[in-house]
Amino acid sequence: MHAPRSLLTRVIVGVLSLLALGGVLITLAAFAYGKSAARQSFDRLLVGAANDIAESINISDGAPVADIPVSAFGLLALATDDRIFYSVRDTNGSLLTGYDDPEIASHVGRDVTVPQFFDGRMQSDPARFVTVVRRFSERSYSGNVFVTVGQTLQARDAMALDLTRGALLITGLGGIALIVSAFVVIRSAMRPLERMAQELSTRDPYDLTPIRADGPAEVAVMGHAMNRFMGRLDRQVGAMKHLISDTAHQLRTPVAAIRAQAELAIEDAPDHREARLERLVRRTRSLGNLLDQMLSRALVIHRTDNAPPMPVDLRDIALEVLESQDYQVLAPEAEVELCIGETAVIVLADEISLSEAVKNMLANALRHGRSPVRLGVTPGEVWSEIWVEDAGPGPAADLLDRVGQRFERSASSKGDSAGLGLSIVRAVAQAFGGTLRMETTAQGFRVTLDLPSQTDSEGTQ
Amino acid sequence: MTWSVWRAICACLIALWACAPPLAAQEAARTFKAPGAHPTTELLVRSTTDIGILGPTLNAFVEAHPELALRYEQWGSNALYSIARAACRGEGQAADVVFSSGVHQMVDLVNRDCASPYVSPLTSALPKDRRWRDEVWGITQEAAVIIYNKALVPAADAPRTRFAFLDLMRRASARYQGKIATYDIETSGLGYLFAFMDSQQATTFGGLLEGFSRVDAVATCCSAEIIKRVESGQYLIAYNVLGSYVESVPHANLGVIYPEDYTLFLSRALMIPKQAAHKQAAALLLDFLLSAQGQRSLARSNLVQQVDAEDTPLPESAKRFISIDPTLLVAMDRQRRALFVQKWRATFMADTSVP
Repeated sequence: MHAPRSLLTRVIVGVLSLLALGGVLITLAAFAYGKSAARQSFDRLLVGAANDIAESINISDGAPVADIPVSAFGLLALATDDRIFYSVRDTNGSLLTGYDDPEIASHVGRDVTVPQFFDGRMQSDPARFVTVVRRFSERSYSGNVFVTVGQTLQARDAMALDLTRGALLITGLGGIALIVSAFVVIRSAMRPLERMAQELSTRDPYDLTPIRADGPAEVAVMGHAMNRFMGRLDRQVGAMKHLISDTAHQLRTPVAAIRAQAELAIEDAPDHREARLERLVRRTRSLGNLLDQMLSRALVIHRTDNAPPMPVDLRDIALEVLESQDYQVLAPEAEVELCIGETAVIVLADEISLSEAVKNMLANALRHGRSPVRLGVTPGEVWSEIWVEDAGPGPAADLLDRVGQRFERSASSKGDSAGLGLSIVRAVAQAFGGTLRMETTAQGFRVTLDLPSQTDSEGTQ
Repeated sequence: MTWSVWRAICACLIALWACAPPLAAQEAARTFKAPGAHPTTELLVRSTTDIGILGPTLNAFVEAHPELALRYEQWGSNALYSIARAACRGEGQAADVVFSSGVHQMVDLVNRDCASPYVSPLTSALPKDRRWRDEVWGITQEAAVIIYNKALVPAADAPRTRFAFLDLMRRASARYQGKIATYDIETSGLGYLFAFMDSQQATTFGGLLEGFSRVDAVATCCSAEIIKRVESGQYLIAYNVLGSYVESVPHANLGVIYPEDYTLFLSRALMIPKQAAHKQAAALLLDFLLSAQGQRSLARSNLVQQVDAEDTPLPESAKRFISIDPTLLVAMDRQRRALFVQKWRATFMADTSVP
């Protein structure tokens, strides 16, 4: 198993291999350049020496005679350690003076007006040669004299290497500077990531509080995403905790009561049994309601965190709630009046959560209020409203402050409410950026759920 | 004449040409070994230096390296050059060390790829103008001097510079007629080299030639010979004599002048031929000659002359070292040499017609 390579290693390896590749290319280029520079400069020396010798040739007694100047060899001796070849040949190619090497003598180009360079060998060493031609048109001698000068390549190679070395030295220094600065830059760029990694690795796995999400944009994005994720996790864990503790807390009493009624029903006299059974049924129904609400609340909280909001027409919600006729269980004789308009009232929300909320609002009105009950939708520029209104006076003022808290039940609660209804509505309102409003109107008491209007997606779904 | 006769004549001529120089050229030979030693390797040294002069140094060498014996052959410089070139072509036995005063010939041998390179701290310490390609090294330091017979030449006449020498010859008193000697550049490689270097150093050379012809100067061979005859009074003044030889012969009557306008210094060159059988032993000899001990020994033989120790030290600008570099190849050039010798001969021959 390999430990995963760190980003720093990756980037450094990348930079190093780039530099290595560049170094190889620069070496090759510098060597090629050095070779050609050395060739050019030493070729000039060769031509200079050959011209010196050619200049020294005179016709004496009908034959060309070279009075080789020391300066010619002084020029060649500038390449300190190189051996020298020279030969002076007449127009027939026979040697007048200098070294005799038939192979080198055969290199005579057709063009006699420019120096002819060629590569060859001096004994075992590679060498560079030039032939210049001096043309005589004298009474006693007419024709060409070929002056060939050559030199081994030590000085050229040394110069090429020297230039290459110089280039490499500069490149190397530049490379080292690049590596060091790359290291520093990468290190400083990586620091927020390292800090975050450090923070995460030392963090208690049960700690879901937000982490620091500053630093560069890329890192901040990760931080924010992680914080959002952890926040959701935190809320869900919280909801789960609530659910469990509520369930435990809320179910213990009704279940104990049911068991007691059932035991009494068995032990009591047969004539009381009827009343006992009726009480048992009431208790059981009440327990069922409680369970419904608790599960509904858990559902709402789960959905608001998990289901993405969609455009929803509030009128559809109102119709759906009315048509489901769940309320008839609560109040079979009650009449609910629907007040909706012609135009769609669109908000961004989760349909199921919203339905649950409205069902609870309606159930509250039926349970605590006075007929007639009305369910309505009011469109608005900024806020769209869905409301439930009854003809009663509403709860007492001090109670208004407390309604909507979990398990807050008024004294007038009839014993079959869990007190979760408004808490569900409030949770839904918060989840979709809305508010819960309670007010006394001319008609009676109205509970309104305000949600932000979704104006840019027209039309119903 | 028939074809066969021609062929026979040609064959004879070729045989003569091929055999004659080596037979004629080796002047002397001696084997050196440490007393009581049983050497395993015999080093062949071919040199132009007199055995008598170099002997003490060679003895010191074999004492320092008793595993080596040293066969020393003394050659004339031109003959040494031709046998070394032949050996380089693979003809005949190659020497392990070639040590010659004809430095231009040594440079030519190196240029013909006949030498093998060697580097040691001692060779690297040599100045740039005393080595080339790490294949030829200048070992000695010997001046080309003017000598005169102190008994026969008045002190006022003794020429301290070439200008004085020129003036002396131009006065052309009968006393010096036929009594001034110098090397014959046609037979002596060293004489040619000195004359050639003179011709490059200053315009006085033309005047000197003219002077020589005026006094009916003698062009002859060999330093030792000339010194001996100046000592005996046969010659009064000799020009461009190798100063190192003066000490080795009786010289009670000799005055030695380091010309003050400039004095040429020669550094005998040593090389290890490519075909040498014992290159490592040869390198030992080279390092020995360059070592402090070797240089002291050479100085005792007057082969390393410290001019500054003399009574009249030469100014630095007057010391002209013959630098061992490719420009010496010009001295080897056939046509250049022919032109030079022609000019030389024309001047020397001219003197007979002068009344």
